[in-house]
Amino acid sequence: MNAKITRRHTLAALALAATALSPFAAHAEDVVKVGVILPMTGPSASTGREIAAAIKLFQEQKGDKAGGKKVEVIIKDDTGVADITKRLAQELVVNDKAAVIAGFGLTPLALAAAPIATQAKVPAVVMAAGTAIITEASPYIVRTSFTLPQNTMPIAQWAVKNGIKKVVTLVSDYGPGIDAEKTFVATIKENGGQVLESLRSPLKNPEFAPFLQKAKDLKPDALFLFVPSGQGAALMKQVSERDFAKEGIKVIGTGDVTDDEQLNNMGDAVLGMITSHNYSADHDSPENKAYVAAFEKANPGLRPNFMSVGGYDGMALIYAALDKTKGDTDGTKLVEAMKGMSWTSPRGPISIDPETRDIIQNVYIRKVEKKNGQLYNVEFETMANIKDPFKAAKAAKK
Amino acid sequence: MIDTAIHATKGGESRAMAYFAERAKWRWPEFALWIGAFALAFLFPSRALLFNEVAILALFALSLDIVLGYAGIVSLGHGAFFGLGAYVAGLLAKAGAGAGLFSDPTFGLLISGIACAVVGYITSFLVLRGADLTRLMVTLGVALIFAELANRMAWLTGGADGLQGVMPGKILGIFEFDLYGRNAYLYSLTTLFLLFIVARKVINSPFGVSLRAIKGNALRAGAVGINVNRRLNGAYTIGAAYAGVAGALLAQTTAFVSLDVLDFHRSADVMLIVIFGGVGTLYGAIVGAAAFKMLYDLLAAATPQYWQFWLGLILVLLVLFVRGGVMGLVGGLYNRLTGKGGAA
Repeated sequence: MNAKITRRHTLAALALAATALSPFAAHAEDVVKVGVILPMTGPSASTGREIAAAIKLFQEQKGDKAGGKKVEVIIKDDTGVADITKRLAQELVVNDKAAVIAGFGLTPLALAAAPIATQAKVPAVVMAAGTAIITEASPYIVRTSFTLPQNTMPIAQWAVKNGIKKVVTLVSDYGPGIDAEKTFVATIKENGGQVLESLRSPLKNPEFAPFLQKAKDLKPDALFLFVPSGQGAALMKQVSERDFAKEGIKVIGTGDVTDDEQLNNMGDAVLGMITSHNYSADHDSPENKAYVAAFEKANPGLRPNFMSVGGYDGMALIYAALDKTKGDTDGTKLVEAMKGMSWTSPRGPISIDPETRDIIQNVYIRKVEKKNGQLYNVEFETMANIKDPFKAAKAAKK
Repeated sequence: MIDTAIHATKGGESRAMAYFAERAKWRWPEFALWIGAFALAFLFPSRALLFNEVAILALFALSLDIVLGYAGIVSLGHGAFFGLGAYVAGLLAKAGAGAGLFSDPTFGLLISGIACAVVGYITSFLVLRGADLTRLMVTLGVALIFAELANRMAWLTGGADGLQGVMPGKILGIFEFDLYGRNAYLYSLTTLFLLFIVARKVINSPFGVSLRAIKGNALRAGAVGINVNRRLNGAYTIGAAYAGVAGALLAQTTAFVSLDVLDFHRSADVMLIVIFGGVGTLYGAIVGAAAFKMLYDLLAAATPQYWQFWLGLILVLLVLFVRGGVMGLVGGLYNRLTGKGGAA
């Protein structure tokens, strides 16, 4: 073979590889890019799927214009791995010149990206992760999901009101789980209740059986549960096998356990379970009815859950902020515009706390019931305008 | 060729030495590869972050190639050292808080490497007790223990939320980690290059040749007077140290450590990369890592939901139809090009 020709071929191949690697053509001035980083694959894929579907729906409904500019959404899959989240955030800011980054399926993922938001002065809209401290990690973080203390306090108060004295808690052993446990235990103790045991199950490869058995043996009035979105079905299957009701033990939890996405497959064993949460697909409002109908039409077989609504409202917030700045994409101005913003979401009235950049929203007490042959979390009590209790307590101390 | 080494008598010694000197010589594609790798930082500054991940992954794969490709120890728990190195470097940078010796990245690399070498040496005795399948289980078990330890010791590691406040200082007190990741890439690549040269020397040293003899046939190697277990202890220790340095690079360049660094998928991915690139070739680790990451990046950008399917399909086809991995392909090409025997 002729060496010269082969070398030329090699050069040609290299040149080809080079063009394949080079970034795409320069973007037009009047486009605002929103980089959304989600776990689209891996154990938290359901979170990514719900949020991505909600974002798509939002853009179909409201168009792609905000503040006079075209909003372009770039979705990236971080597989739920923190160092990839960080790199994607960095690339979105540096290469794609994203004006806003958003998404963040789990607490460590949001915390990994926080320094990028601060360094690049780009707003980071947290659409899913729920540990209280996240908004403190960067002054550019704004949250449209929820915090665990916010969702937990109402069920603890409900338990106290309904004569529950002795409790056992079982949570996933990571930030949000520990937040939920702390809040629940503190509220119960403040009201003279007794916490028999606080159990924590590992986040990955969860095996609930030994914990549930222990909880049952302790014979509390109620067992409080928290697991992240996506693990509820596995937990509730094991709960129903143990028949807590027969022992007179009430099973309660945050709405993460009776996640709308999985609820229908959990079977009648979850009927009557009481939870507190910021969103139910059954929420009775015209906004929500329209939202659920449109979402289910666009995604057959998928029911919108609290993750989806976090994504939908995140987009609403970004659009509203762009409208307010008249298309100015300066990060500091955008965050300023987001502070104090309030609107009616499918979940009810919500606003962004100007002090903490965290969400203020109603939290509902719900009971699992059957409607038209399907299981739903039916809301029966509303606790209005709940702020994150952790940060509220901190502010009160000052 | 192994037989040549083992059967080298006094008369054949100089011939064998000449043979190994010839093997150890640098060839032009190698220069091209390294110059190209450094040039990438300036040609495509916007992709520096991805290249940085490639360099780190390549170093990690290199460490497994030493263990798997040369010492023949099948390890499914190599991620343990990667994770340990990441946590050591992360904790050091946190303790240093941006200034002083502790936050110096090069110092962090050194300490992480040493820590992993020590742990690697100790665990190598466990690993070497059994045959292939037992080794697989022991390495897997060690990795699981490390992952659970990191999870339990949340006061030190931050548990499932990850280690917060990792602030690596300037590299050698001069270069800062920038938002574009160029310095991070050059830093990781330089580390990879230096450690690669060392690995190349080790592999072509009598120690490296004895490893290949052991891999070929451990009984015969023992019969000609090679202390099999001591050599394998050594190779495993070197591999552990290299993996630790790779983990440290990740912790420093991303300024974050989460439990994920100890996850099983790290060990599995890196084994895939080594096999994909070509086992026991050193360059296979680097080429494999580059190909794996680039493929992942292209596919994940094209279809964020289904990239795993395409990546899986491509890997299966490659392993089925391209024997010896990418390096088998490249080696064959090179030989045809130069008309010489002996792969690069």
